[in-house]
Amino acid sequence: MENKKKKLIDDKGKRLDGRKWDELRPISLQVGLMKNADGSAYIEWGKNKIMAAVYGPKEVHPKHQVLPDRALLRCRYHMAPFSVDERKNPAPSRREIEISKVIREALVPAVIVEDYPRTAIEVWVEVLQSDGGSRVAGITAASLALADAGINMRDLVVGCSCGIIEDHVVADLDDTEDKEGSGDMPVAIMPNLGLVSLLQVDGIYTRDQFKKAFELAIEKGKQVYAMQREALTSKFFGGEPMTTEVEEVAE
Amino acid sequence: MSMKKNYVVETIRKAQMVQLLADGKRMDERALDQHRPLKIETGIIPKANGSARVTLGNTQVIAGVKIATGTPFPDTPDKGLLVVNAEILPMASPYAEPGPPSEEAIELARVVDRGIRESEMVDLTKLCLITGKSVVTVFVDCNIMNVDGNLFDATSYAVVAALRTSKMKKYVVKDDKVEATDEVVPVKVEKTPVSVTLARIGDRLVVDPNAEEEASMDMRVTITTDDDGNVVASQKGEASTISPAQVLEAVDTSIKVGKEIRKLILEAVK
Repeated sequence: MENKKKKLIDDKGKRLDGRKWDELRPISLQVGLMKNADGSAYIEWGKNKIMAAVYGPKEVHPKHQVLPDRALLRCRYHMAPFSVDERKNPAPSRREIEISKVIREALVPAVIVEDYPRTAIEVWVEVLQSDGGSRVAGITAASLALADAGINMRDLVVGCSCGIIEDHVVADLDDTEDKEGSGDMPVAIMPNLGLVSLLQVDGIYTRDQFKKAFELAIEKGKQVYAMQREALTSKFFGGEPMTTEVEEVAE
Repeated sequence: MSMKKNYVVETIRKAQMVQLLADGKRMDERALDQHRPLKIETGIIPKANGSARVTLGNTQVIAGVKIATGTPFPDTPDKGLLVVNAEILPMASPYAEPGPPSEEAIELARVVDRGIRESEMVDLTKLCLITGKSVVTVFVDCNIMNVDGNLFDATSYAVVAALRTSKMKKYVVKDDKVEATDEVVPVKVEKTPVSVTLARIGDRLVVDPNAEEEASMDMRVTITTDDDGNVVASQKGEASTISPAQVLEAVDTSIKVGKEIRKLILEAVK
């Protein structure tokens, strides 16, 4: 191993890719690209390229999994074999199984599952290219896909990851910062309700650093939420002016 | 293992619990931040490099450490391997089944692993023998023997106690070859991470939920802290939310309860 490690953040607080400590990577969101899915959203967040698609509400198979009073939300987070430097085995890894579980648990609180008893709602999150923070980017896209599918929701869900590099709290870690840094904290929030639906932490944080990183993640999440709203609005109202005219129906 | 098994009974139970919690009381008369009796026995499996049986209330976990040599991962050529694995045995509960590990078992192992790894309890760079070629591998396998809630903490304590009492052969490098000597040395352990799990039932947080409480909980959060009161790992679970204020409350409770439990663990591994 080389003794000289790259410095992740310089004395002026500038990071390897030129960002400030609290600056997000470029994000773009598009809603409704997939033809067959009931709802879909595509996100590019830094080098992340992630497609989320939603099917349902639909019949539950196998039937014994049916929930009598609400919908069953299924979620799969999957990384394409070509999404990382070394080819990833396409079979679901333990990491992907865990992430699928926490993404599901981050989305369910926002979906009014009680409105769809005895049905299944499927959320597929496919990471086409991965960078740091793919789970929060995946959640951000998945909640848009749910909204696009017209599923009743209490709020959108939006994520952002914060962490620690070289003892500095920073927002939105990329791949290098995640691997070389000393901590990563993905957080997902329901911005209008002010609730946290995903929280994972690794690294070493003092009580104050924890508070700073956690609150920064919430603040940055709200920033991404504004982009989510914009993406939804532009799909449904496009560039065209909103109209109150209703097409006449032939009798 | 927290899925509702009996909808009607558990819904009634939850209503009772929420009512009690409003007065700061729990079904088993514990305080909200009180863990169940914790018993830690070490050295119970002589064939393992280290072992521990943890009994937390009626939850019981056995952890065993096996140490060998192997090749490092290509991206960490100068680091030894530490792998934590957990299996919920079919004998552990009427609801457990044999077969490939469930989502719950995978999450359990990964959350416990994260707490140990991120605390830097074991300095993996000290387990490197020949860079890029040979390193010491430490496998910690956990058998969940009996399920009565809070597997996260019980398993974590078992892993910490087993690692703290592990011994290994001393390896030497001669002519670019690794040789095991007859000398036995303790595994170098730097810290004592302690995991504390809280469940939210209604709007109150309780420490160390038992199975009955887990069946009624809305949300679960595990926070692991180290000897200096730093947060080293955390995981929120279950399909519900937590408020930002409650996250910070949970952190403070975990630091406080973690201190008490660290004393018990260190006493047991002396």
